[in-house]
Amino acid sequence: MTHGLGRTRSVALAGLEGTPVDVEAHIAQGLPHFAVGGLPDPACAQAPDRIRPAAAVSGVPVPPHRITVNLSPASIPKRGAGFDLPIAVAVLSASGAIPGGLARDVVHLGELALDGRVRGVHGVLPAVLAAARAGAEHVVVPVENVGEAQLVDGVTVHGATSLREVVGWYAAAQHGTPLPPAPTPSVVPAPVRSGPDLADVVGQPEARLALELAATGGHHLLMSGPPGVGKTMLAERLVTVLPPLSREQALETHAIRSLTGQVGEVVELDRTPPFVAPHHSSSVASVAGGGSGVALPGAISRAHHGVLFLDEAPEFKGSVLQTLRQPLESGRVVIARSRQVVCYPARFLLVLAANPCPCGRAYGKGLECTCKPMEIRSYAGRLSGPLLDRVDLQVHVPPVQRAAFGDATGEPSAVVKARVTTAREAQRQRWAQHGGWATNGLVPGHVLRRAPFRLPSEVTALLDRSLDRGRLTLRGYDRVLRVAWSAADLAGREVPGRDEVATGLALRTGELVAA
Amino acid sequence: MRYLREQGMEVLERNWRCEHGEVDVVARDGDCLVICEVKTRRSSGFGEPVEAVTFAKARRLRRLAAAYLAASAAAARGAAGGTGGRHVAEVRVDVIGILCRPGRPAVVRHVVGVGS
Repeated sequence: MTHGLGRTRSVALAGLEGTPVDVEAHIAQGLPHFAVGGLPDPACAQAPDRIRPAAAVSGVPVPPHRITVNLSPASIPKRGAGFDLPIAVAVLSASGAIPGGLARDVVHLGELALDGRVRGVHGVLPAVLAAARAGAEHVVVPVENVGEAQLVDGVTVHGATSLREVVGWYAAAQHGTPLPPAPTPSVVPAPVRSGPDLADVVGQPEARLALELAATGGHHLLMSGPPGVGKTMLAERLVTVLPPLSREQALETHAIRSLTGQVGEVVELDRTPPFVAPHHSSSVASVAGGGSGVALPGAISRAHHGVLFLDEAPEFKGSVLQTLRQPLESGRVVIARSRQVVCYPARFLLVLAANPCPCGRAYGKGLECTCKPMEIRSYAGRLSGPLLDRVDLQVHVPPVQRAAFGDATGEPSAVVKARVTTAREAQRQRWAQHGGWATNGLVPGHVLRRAPFRLPSEVTALLDRSLDRGRLTLRGYDRVLRVAWSAADLAGREVPGRDEVATGLALRTGELVAA
Repeated sequence: MRYLREQGMEVLERNWRCEHGEVDVVARDGDCLVICEVKTRRSSGFGEPVEAVTFAKARRLRRLAAAYLAASAAAARGAAGGTGGRHVAEVRVDVIGILCRPGRPAVVRHVVGVGS
């Protein structure tokens, strides 16, 4: 058969958003030629050079005719080598090597090696999610990506090792044998990791409280203190007290991991919230997301539903810190590039750690500090007001006294986690009828300032005074209220009282306030 | 040759040369002038015969077609000849690939209208 039309389906990704793509191949009389149209990027446009040898090795050579492949809708950019397999299947359908129409409604993803093997690709999870939403029933993915594709409900996943195997499936399908589904992975119980635990941290009751509040209400946290007191240790243990992710949340974080991680890294749903700690030399693009042409998710999106820890926060470039402001408010980041605009989720818990001054010894009376006043001021000024205004909890982490060694070890993570989970459940129930926010940290300020959640004026008296004196902005006022609600949830109280409001205010301004 | 005649074409010239190169066959198919490149291979180890005609070669064939037309028009002014004195409505470039493997019948593949 020299003239023919073959069709199959695939998915084009723009960020995490997948668009179903029809892959059409037309074989016409003419000199041998193989062109791919429909905005392929260079990797995708090279597909013919991989498909021709791969098909020849697989025993189904590409016919020496004029072949035109179109990726429809043709106006959306197509990226990467993941279109090799769908293009090959469409061409072989057109040439008759794959019996007519069998592959039409099957979604294919995968890169071809020159020897006909199918190689794993990035972004299989979001692509299969999009395919499932578009109503696809069968998905053929590289065998390395089977694990992540099987996380999606409602589609039958087929794991391909080679083009020859796929062609064999369709030849068998002609006689009524359905495509063999990939075996479901035997559920291996994840080994209990003895990772970091909150019990490792010595002393620091105030920082522990702040950490617990941060985990409870999703409040952002700044810890300042001299080097070597355990700021980094505390931050790393924050994920151990966060409640496990729900299935939807875990799918979102894994979709991002599927775009950025190693191919085939995502094999099962890991409910642990992610912990991302970019180095302070990171660029704006690596933190917020970006890149030339392709906008990949950055650290803030990898920390989605988890913790973003900026150690030595004042050492970060000002522009990097400023890019955090908008995602902190909206929970997502919009990256505009010349060709497209992509939006990644970025609802993370921000933890900042800072030294009090460049030399790190300006605590207490600061007698040992060797910094000039000007240096201290410019150092503190690098964490801009607008950024700190979004940080609800600001604690000083003082040097540990020797007496603290003698104490029994602190509470282990499991105990704190149980408390946090209970408090989270209380929040969820409270806000379920009023707006469906998951945590106190997400509740808009006007809700907290109006009935039925308005607190009596004798409870907020301290807070009102701070606002009147201009020590708090209105946004800061709202944030203290949120922390107060979290403190009440932790304490098992229905409504915050004076104590909780005082705690919120003390942890916000970093000053002790008499309750 | 016999194949082309069976296709109802009239062969006008064989191995026609000019400064741009050589045309294997010039034929006429009704009102259409056919510039024909013939490729023969003994095996398909280096690809199909027609695959040897690259884009650059196809372009040269087009140039040859124009050169032939110009030459034949000049000849027609002098004496009837060239296109046989008949009006030519269109020109097309064909490639004929012949695969003659030893011990097996030759396979002819005729690609009509290359590079248009």
